[in-house]
Amino acid sequence: MSQAVISKNPYVFEVRDLNIFYDDFKAVTDVNLKIERNKITAIIGPSGCGKSTLLRAFNRMNELVPGTRVEGEVLFDSQNLYAPDVDPIEVRYRIGMVFQKPNPFPKSIYENVAWGARIHGYQGDMDELVERSLRSAALWDEVKDKLDQSGLSLSGGQQQRLCIARAIAVEPEVILMDEPASALDPIATLKIEELMQELKKDYTIAVVTHNMQQAARVSDYTAMMMLTGDSRAGTVIEYTDTKVIFTMPKDKRTEDYVTGRFG
Amino acid sequence: MPRKTFEHEIQKIKDDVLVLGSMVEQAILDSVEALKTRDIEAARRIYTGDQLVNAKRFEIENAIMIAIATQQPMAHDLRLLASMMEIISELERMGDYAKGIAKINILMGEQPLLKPLIDLPRMAEKDVDMLHRALTAFIHEDVETARTIPQEDDEVDALYNQIYRELMTFVIQDPKAIERANWLLWAAHNLERVADRVTNICERAIFVATGELKEIDVSDDELIAP
Repeated sequence: MSQAVISKNPYVFEVRDLNIFYDDFKAVTDVNLKIERNKITAIIGPSGCGKSTLLRAFNRMNELVPGTRVEGEVLFDSQNLYAPDVDPIEVRYRIGMVFQKPNPFPKSIYENVAWGARIHGYQGDMDELVERSLRSAALWDEVKDKLDQSGLSLSGGQQQRLCIARAIAVEPEVILMDEPASALDPIATLKIEELMQELKKDYTIAVVTHNMQQAARVSDYTAMMMLTGDSRAGTVIEYTDTKVIFTMPKDKRTEDYVTGRFG
Repeated sequence: MPRKTFEHEIQKIKDDVLVLGSMVEQAILDSVEALKTRDIEAARRIYTGDQLVNAKRFEIENAIMIAIATQQPMAHDLRLLASMMEIISELERMGDYAKGIAKINILMGEQPLLKPLIDLPRMAEKDVDMLHRALTAFIHEDVETARTIPQEDDEVDALYNQIYRELMTFVIQDPKAIERANWLLWAAHNLERVADRVTNICERAIFVATGELKEIDVSDDELIAP
């Protein structure tokens, strides 16, 4: 995959007719959407509607589950991620991911951040990269005096920011976040949300969240997903400006969901 | 309906908005009736009774704030609560207009009316009729009705203009009548403003139902700018 297509394309991703199957089960159907650069796009919807499956389609994480099949295209900087010549490992460097439960490696704070860059062959000043990444993740001041301590010694909120630092150390274009704050307390949650606002200056963020207030607070655009049709597969039923989704959604099902009447 | 508590809270606030509306409707009618009959005692009661209107408004405002803080309303719920916050402020102002008319009555003291009141009570009745239907349209989210009520503002403006012209002829005939004419004009102006504020309630009714927030164009036909 060619590095740094300095495209003027305002959309990092363009999803075309995406269908995702787990063996015979269709989990996601007929998704078409574009993800804008340097914006935060939230994916919301009731449990089991395919939000995480859709998110994982953006960096080919789904295929780590045996039996997963993808139809359609996910264009990343105008290039189809699912084209035969694309290396999924390379994809996951360019498109980082942060998960629900903080999952630092059982290594030092320093190594957690340096690890990805090192195996990716980073030749620069590693100390500088670690500091810069930790600063970007708003964690530096809290850990600068204990970089050799285990990442697991940190609090949950700090661990999650460490995972964000680890993700941005390899300088991705996109950070995917799957319920990044659902295991955190309210203060740690707000720190992550503030951090997201900082990060979007340099990265594009797509975030799955069950917390509608969080989607309303942090995102620029919101995609509402829902199970539809006879197949009961998940699809995007409304995708627009976050302000519109939470003040005057067009689709009755979105209205019912965001007002807590459904789901 | 997994949000019974919240639904109940919203219903209670809606009911209270209607209660506040009735209080204001009554105050408008009473203030004009007291002026017409020169009942200063009644005017004093209306004047102090405005405190009850204000207290009710604060009570509803507080309930809305609590609902917003505790229930995190979205979409339709949010539009409804935000609109009711706006409407109670409109109602309180209408209450102030009634209070203003009561004050005129008190200020007039022993002086007789310049003329028997005919059009002022008509204005008051028209105002109250429009207000009542506007609040009903708001509660039922009846967009059609909410769009048509503001057109009736023309009738109120016409009555206002008629009163204005009539009072001017009195003043021209007898310049000493100017103070008594002014009092009545002031009362008429208050009633003219009530109808304008009814339009704002109609705008909110449309907003809650459709999400469309825009001013309803009504021709400003009153002679004196508000």
